[in-house]
Amino acid sequence: MTFLIQQTFICTIPLLIVAMAGMFAERSGIINIALDGIMIFGSFGGALTVYAFIKSGLFTESPQLIYVIAMIVSAIAGALFSLLLSFSAIKLKADQTIAGTAVNMLAPALVLFVIKIFFMQDKLVMPTLPGGKTLNFAILNTELPEFLQAFFSRAYISTYIVLGLYIALSVFLYKTKTGLRLRACGEHPQAADSVGVSVSAMRYLGTTISGALGGLGGFIYITTSAGGTAAGSVAGMGFLAIAIMIFGNWKPVGIALGSFLFGLLRCIGSAYASIDINGDGVFLLQEIGLPMYFYNIIPYAAVLIVLMFTAGKSRAPKAEGIPYDKGMR
Amino acid sequence: MKNTKDKKLKLPKMEGFISALICIVCGILVGFVILLLLAAFTPSIPVGEALSGLGIILGGPFASGSGADVMTAIGTMFFEATPLIMTGLSVALAFKNGLFNIGAPGQYLMGTAASIITALSIPTGGSAFAGFIVWIAAILAGTVAGVIWGMIPGFFKAFLGVNEVIVCIMTNWIAANLVSWIFKGSRYLNVASGHTAYTLKTSVNGVAAPKLGLDKIFPGSNIDISIFIAIAMAVVLYIVINRTTFGYELKACGSNRDAAKYAGMNVKRNIMLSMMISGGLAAMGASFFYLNGNIEFAWETYSSLPDTGFNGIPVALLAGSDPIGVVFSSVFLRYLGKGGYNLAGYTGFNEYVSDLIVAVIIYFAGFANFIRSYFPEVGAFFRRIIAGKGKKDADTAETLTAKGGENR
Repeated sequence: MTFLIQQTFICTIPLLIVAMAGMFAERSGIINIALDGIMIFGSFGGALTVYAFIKSGLFTESPQLIYVIAMIVSAIAGALFSLLLSFSAIKLKADQTIAGTAVNMLAPALVLFVIKIFFMQDKLVMPTLPGGKTLNFAILNTELPEFLQAFFSRAYISTYIVLGLYIALSVFLYKTKTGLRLRACGEHPQAADSVGVSVSAMRYLGTTISGALGGLGGFIYITTSAGGTAAGSVAGMGFLAIAIMIFGNWKPVGIALGSFLFGLLRCIGSAYASIDINGDGVFLLQEIGLPMYFYNIIPYAAVLIVLMFTAGKSRAPKAEGIPYDKGMR
Repeated sequence: MKNTKDKKLKLPKMEGFISALICIVCGILVGFVILLLLAAFTPSIPVGEALSGLGIILGGPFASGSGADVMTAIGTMFFEATPLIMTGLSVALAFKNGLFNIGAPGQYLMGTAASIITALSIPTGGSAFAGFIVWIAAILAGTVAGVIWGMIPGFFKAFLGVNEVIVCIMTNWIAANLVSWIFKGSRYLNVASGHTAYTLKTSVNGVAAPKLGLDKIFPGSNIDISIFIAIAMAVVLYIVINRTTFGYELKACGSNRDAAKYAGMNVKRNIMLSMMISGGLAAMGASFFYLNGNIEFAWETYSSLPDTGFNGIPVALLAGSDPIGVVFSSVFLRYLGKGGYNLAGYTGFNEYVSDLIVAVIIYFAGFANFIRSYFPEVGAFFRRIIAGKGKKDADTAETLTAKGGENR
C-alpha cells in the first residue's frame, strides 16, 4: 500500500504540473504543443545545475537546497525557452502548431548537441552525492509508521512544492484580477482589448507561466522517473500532459482528477509485479499472468473509455490558436 | 480568360516556394552561427572547422567521401526518405481537413506489425512469383492495419466530438504496447542468431521489395522500388486533393466546418475518411520500409514511439501540406540528415546540428506568412530602385503594393 501511494505520487506529480502548464497557455489563447520540448530543455537546465553543484562540492551537505535551486533554474530555463513560442505566436502571429513543433524539435537537438560536445556522450547523468544521500526526499524520519512514510520520508520534496503551486496557481487563475484577464484573452480577446487589457501582455504571461511549469515538470520527471538522466527525451510526457489537460476540460479540478487517475493506473502498469495490496505476501496481479503490456495499455484505454462517456461536455477556450488581430474587433 | 485564371492560381504557389527558400536560408545561417560560436568557445575545435562543417552539412550525401560512398549515401537517403514521404503525406492530408494527425507513429507501428507478420506467415516455397504476391499482400495488410488505427481518432472526432490530438496520443501508446505484446515470444523473432531484440528479415521467407537494379546503381544501400510508389502516391494524392469533388470537400471541411455542413457536405464522413486514409498512408510507409527484405524491426517499442511517425509533421509543415512538396521536403530532410551524419564523422561537431537546422527552418516556416506579407513591399522597393525613384513608377509601385495587400 505504502509502495503504491509512493509510486502514484511519482507518476502523478509531473503530469499534474505539466498539464497545468498547458492549461495556462491555452486559457490565455496560445496552444502550447511545445510542452515536450520545454520539458526537455528545463530538465537539462536542472540536471546541469545539479551537476555543477556536486562537481564543485558546494552545498553538498544540504542536498535538498541543491534540489530546490535546480528546480528554480529548470523553471527559468523553461520560461526562457517558451519565449521562442510566445514571440513567434504573439508578435509574429505565427501558426502556433508549427511554432510549437519547431520548439519540440529544437529542444532535443540543442540539448543533445551540447551534451555531446561537452560530455562526449548522448546523455547527462546527474552524479550521485557523496555518502549516498538522496537529493529530494522531504523529511527523513524512519520512526514514522509505515503508512505515513509514504507521505513524508519517502515522498519527494518536489511533490509538496508542486501541490502548493497547484493550489496557488488555481487561486491565481480564478480569484485574481490578472487571472480573470488572462482567461478573457483566451475566450474573447477583442472584448478584453476593448476594456483596456493588453492581450499580448496577458498571452506572454500565460505562455511564460506555462514554460516555467513545463521546465519544472521536466526536471521533476527526470529526477523521479528517469534515474536523473537528461538525454534529450521525456518519453512523450509533454504530449501526455496535453492529453490530460484536454481530458480535464482545461480546468484545474479536472486536470487533478485526470492526472491522479492516469497516474494511478500507470503506476499499477509499471509496478504490477510488486503490488501487494493487503500485505498477505501474494502478488495478485503478478499471479494472473498477463504480460506487462496489458497493464501498460490500461491507462490509455481507460482515458478513451472515459472520453466516450464524457464527450460533448468538453469545451476548449474559444480563442485558442487564433493570433489576435486588432482589426478583427 | 483561362490563362489569367491559371496565373492567379500559380502566384501563391510561387510565393510559397520563395518563402520556404527564405526559411531554409535562415535556418542554415542560424546553424552556421551556432557552429561558429561553439568552435570559438571550444578549445578542441578550431574556428575554421565551422566553415568546413557547414560545407559538409550542405553537401549532404555528396560529402561522403569517394564516388562509391557517395552513391551508397544517395541510395540510403532515398530509402530513408520513402517512409518519411508517406508519414508526411499522412499528416498533410489530415491538415487539409483541419485535423492534426499526431497519431502517425501509432499507425506506422501497426502497419509495421501487420506487414511483417503477413510477410513471414504466408509460405512462399522459395518461388519468386509467390514472394512478389506476398509482398503486395503484406503492403495491403499493413495499410489496412493503419486504416483501422486511423479510424479510432476519426470516429471519436466525427461522432463524439473528442479532440483528435488526445485520441491520437492514446492510440499511439496503445499501439506501442500492443506491437510489443504481439511479437513477444512469437516465432517471428530472430532467435536463431541470438538477435532476439529484433524480428526476422522478411527476406528469409523470400519476401522483399523488387530492387529494379537500383542496388547496382547505388551499391551498398537498401534502395528499392518503394521510393517510386511513394512518389506515385504523392501524385495521386495531389490529384485527389486538387482535382476531385472529394478533395474539394475535404478542404472545405478543413477551412470551415459549419459552412461545409451548411453547403450540404457530410462533415462526419469526411473526417472519418480523411483519418482513415491518413492512417493508411502512414502505415504504408512502414510497409515500404520493413518489407525491403534487409531490415530488422526492434520490436520492443513499448517505451518509445518511432521517429519516422513524428517526423511526418515537420515534413508536412515544411511542404505547406502540398503532396508534391512533401516529396521534396522529406528528401531534403534526409539530405541534411546525411550531412549531419558526415559532420560527426569528419569534425569535432556531432550529427545533432542537422536536427537543429531543421528545427530552425520549421520555426521560420511558422511565420512564413509574416515574411510573405512583406513580399509586395520588397517588390515595390526594387521596382523603385530600378526606376530611379521616378514619380510615375513610384505610383505604380504603390498600386502594386495595394494589390499585393489585397491578395493576402
